[in-house]
Amino acid sequence: MSPSPALDTVKRAADTPDERQPYAELGMKRDEYDRVRDILGRRPTSSELAIYSVMWSEHCSYKSSKVHLRQFGTKAPKSDALLVGMGENAGVVDIGDGWAATFKIESHNHPSYVEPHQGAATGVGGIVRDIMSMGARPIAVMDSLRFGGADQPDTRRVLPGVVEGISHYGNCLGLPNIGGEVVFDPCYIGNPLVNALCVGLLRKDQIKLATAPGPGNKVVLFGALTGPDGIGGASVLASATFEDESQAKRPSVQVGDPFMEKLLIECCLELYQADVVVGIQDLGAAGVSCATTELAAKGTGGMDVRLDLVPLRDPSLRPEEILMSESQERMMAVVSPDDIDAFMAICAKWDIPATVIGEVTDTGRLVMTWHGETIVDIPPGTAADEGPVYERPFTEPAGQAALNADSPAELPRPEDLRAALLQLLGSPNLASKEWVTSQYDRYVRGNTVLAQPADAGLLRVSEAMPGAEETTRGIALATDGNGRYARLDPYAGAQLALSEAYRNVAVTGATPLAVTNCLNFGSPEDPEVMWQFAEAVRGLADACKALGVPVTGGNVSFYNQTGSAAIHPTPVVGVLGVIDDVAKRVPSGFTGEGDRVVLLGETREEFGGSEWAHVAHGHLGGLPPAADLEAERALALVLTEAASRGLLTGSHDLSDGGLAIALAEACLARGIGCAVSLPGDDAFADLFSESAARALVTVRPESFDALAELCAAHEVPCYGLGGTGGASLAVEGVLEIPVDELREVHTGALPAIFG
Amino acid sequence: MSAARVGVVTFPGTLDDQDAARAVRHAGGEAVPLWHADPDLKGVDAVFLPGGFSYGDYLRCGAISRFAPLMEELIPAARAGLPVLGTCNGFQILCEAHLLPGALMRNAGLHYICRDQGIRVENTATPWTSDFTEGQEIVLPIKHGEGRYVADEATLAALEANGQVVFRYAGGNPNGSLNDIAGIRNEAGNVVGLMPHPEHAVEDLTGAPSTDGRGFFTSILKKLVNT
Repeated sequence: MSPSPALDTVKRAADTPDERQPYAELGMKRDEYDRVRDILGRRPTSSELAIYSVMWSEHCSYKSSKVHLRQFGTKAPKSDALLVGMGENAGVVDIGDGWAATFKIESHNHPSYVEPHQGAATGVGGIVRDIMSMGARPIAVMDSLRFGGADQPDTRRVLPGVVEGISHYGNCLGLPNIGGEVVFDPCYIGNPLVNALCVGLLRKDQIKLATAPGPGNKVVLFGALTGPDGIGGASVLASATFEDESQAKRPSVQVGDPFMEKLLIECCLELYQADVVVGIQDLGAAGVSCATTELAAKGTGGMDVRLDLVPLRDPSLRPEEILMSESQERMMAVVSPDDIDAFMAICAKWDIPATVIGEVTDTGRLVMTWHGETIVDIPPGTAADEGPVYERPFTEPAGQAALNADSPAELPRPEDLRAALLQLLGSPNLASKEWVTSQYDRYVRGNTVLAQPADAGLLRVSEAMPGAEETTRGIALATDGNGRYARLDPYAGAQLALSEAYRNVAVTGATPLAVTNCLNFGSPEDPEVMWQFAEAVRGLADACKALGVPVTGGNVSFYNQTGSAAIHPTPVVGVLGVIDDVAKRVPSGFTGEGDRVVLLGETREEFGGSEWAHVAHGHLGGLPPAADLEAERALALVLTEAASRGLLTGSHDLSDGGLAIALAEACLARGIGCAVSLPGDDAFADLFSESAARALVTVRPESFDALAELCAAHEVPCYGLGGTGGASLAVEGVLEIPVDELREVHTGALPAIFG
Repeated sequence: MSAARVGVVTFPGTLDDQDAARAVRHAGGEAVPLWHADPDLKGVDAVFLPGGFSYGDYLRCGAISRFAPLMEELIPAARAGLPVLGTCNGFQILCEAHLLPGALMRNAGLHYICRDQGIRVENTATPWTSDFTEGQEIVLPIKHGEGRYVADEATLAALEANGQVVFRYAGGNPNGSLNDIAGIRNEAGNVVGLMPHPEHAVEDLTGAPSTDGRGFFTSILKKLVNT
């Protein structure tokens, strides 16, 4: 047993200016440490060092990405719908009739590699608390997942664990999982991506913010007890000597308790309804450090906290560990003294432990004591908002030009297009994801109109809330991202990710309104990775402006690399849209016999980064499909107007695998075949090219002319391909495949790998 | 005439209560919220125990819920003939409370399964199934990780002999339940438990691609209006 270290008080810090401190072990650079000393005019206490090290980490401070992310603000399109923009826990969008939606996507990549089940589960938990802290009821989740090659052994460890973690946590919370993606590529084998999205609903006049105004107001910590979860580096501060190896190993991954989170959701909603919350913040990364500094910085400016009052699961925790603990299912609220009894009574009803640990002051200082001794005394804004900002160097990767010159045009084309289609349909990226999605509850809460495998998830807006009006509205959500496209051209790749999510929302009949993003990249210290990042952000910001959809928030995940091998740059984009009358939503795929099948948009010969090049040749080179944002916008206008006029009986977006896969999936949706002929004279390109800004729709024959007129008005190419019906997918003169055969290939692939 | 009053119970961790209440209202009934800590049943005419993860499903699904204060009222009322329907976690609670025989174990495939499932109605002599016809095949969603119905041989034989098997899985057994059992009733017939979710199959717009769940709610409301 090693002796406990002496309590490092502010007084002691002032008296021992030369004491060596483990800033490097905590991931701080020498100049960052020196800046803390400048700010404080002395060396930091070990508790203060804990706060600064975690608040100034890449994860919390966005120090490498900030200078680029600013473009999401400076280039933001004007939008009347945006109620809360970037910088809060999540953005909030006006969806009409007094309702607002809040949504955000966040990564939990590294923990999900270390411990797939808990890593993914706590990823869901974290994003749900972000949504709760805006004053909203969380109403659905979705997940954008990337794994190594489906046939690589470690994928069989990671994928089942991740899916089970999401399934258990999300199902237990009672949140329908309505969409997302599952993509395999060997580049993710050591760095799987788990990006979790949550959407919540609230009345527009009930938005809550993370702020602590009003001196004398109480600071309440409520939810789970604080334990030694995810504190990793903090243990170095809590040991007597830096060389001490006898200390207990502290876990670096948190463990989730979805039951506690479910209670926390209901408890928070009741607190909001009782109007007893002045400000609120969830505890995520950096736990108490983050919540106290951010709340104080955005409020009156000061806060006194008695750290020894934090209720502990492990009574041996030292103050530094409490500050850095990432125990899950915790929230911090600022409450008026007049409301504190009512607040506590509601927490008691839900069996939620709640403790007053401090109060708001106007001193401009965040002061923390430990059994009467002052251990923290800092200006909170210096930790929360004034962290270091880096203009990291970036340069185009050495092999980029050669990669772009390696065009797929020379790849041998298949002679047997029937076999080519079946090969693609049964490949892991295009095969049915039912093995995954059948483990998620998509029905709970009773408002799910569309869920996977539909292009977007769609929810009816219907929640019992005070002042709630009846509405016919619905909200649609989609996430997309294609790492191969972004590898070939990160600027275009980010735009294509947005284009696809935007299109997927539009094919349901909803109008895209706002964007969230999760930017997954390698190390920012590598100038070539930084170039990918800078290009992707620039591309996304430009595309958001062109499409008129502002970024409302998101997350950056760097260091997704093993050794010098980074993942493909993978910007994942989520788009939220609104449909005025949810009963007019357009179902995915073919819905009946005797409909006309119509292709909207222009097909070019575009195979760079395509699924065909990947599956048939393991080839990645050339340029991705052109991102044509004007065409994308026009297509969305056609789709939403056609939906509101009731012209469409079904729809489906064209993306990976092109028209061939879109037709097959449309047939598989309800087991209805079709007979079509191709518009061009190059059957291979017509079937497998991945040109953007295209969709497949069906109309009753009598509606075709109206659709064609609408397309002409918006200059969207429109080709009648044929009709629905029969038991096979028939492409005149090219191929015919029974729907049953399509289904066998499509649904059999993942179970064959994962059991 | 006032609407029939159907209590919908919420335990900590109950999830499908909002859906169940909506389904009751759609059928023309009044949904009365019942909180697990309530001391009485508020004079309701029937009770719906919805699905979810009551008390986190800790220890064993339904094992803690059966001791909730409300259950002290519900158990004798059910024994005295109050119509009670438990779906999913509600079914598990009814088994733990010994209002229904047998138990629900981990699915044979070990995974949670959410899918639209074919169900055959085997018995219509209950207040919850009178609007169906015997042998009728319906589609309802299932969504559970612990839905494999088991009971000892004698119990199983008695259930079959007495017509207490109310629902069987059709077109494939999703979880390994004995005799493909999806739902059962007590001897008197007033208490019914099943793993599928009728409350998710009552509207054209939302939920499962079926409205077959409506039959449960029209059955009970007719029964309550006629008595």
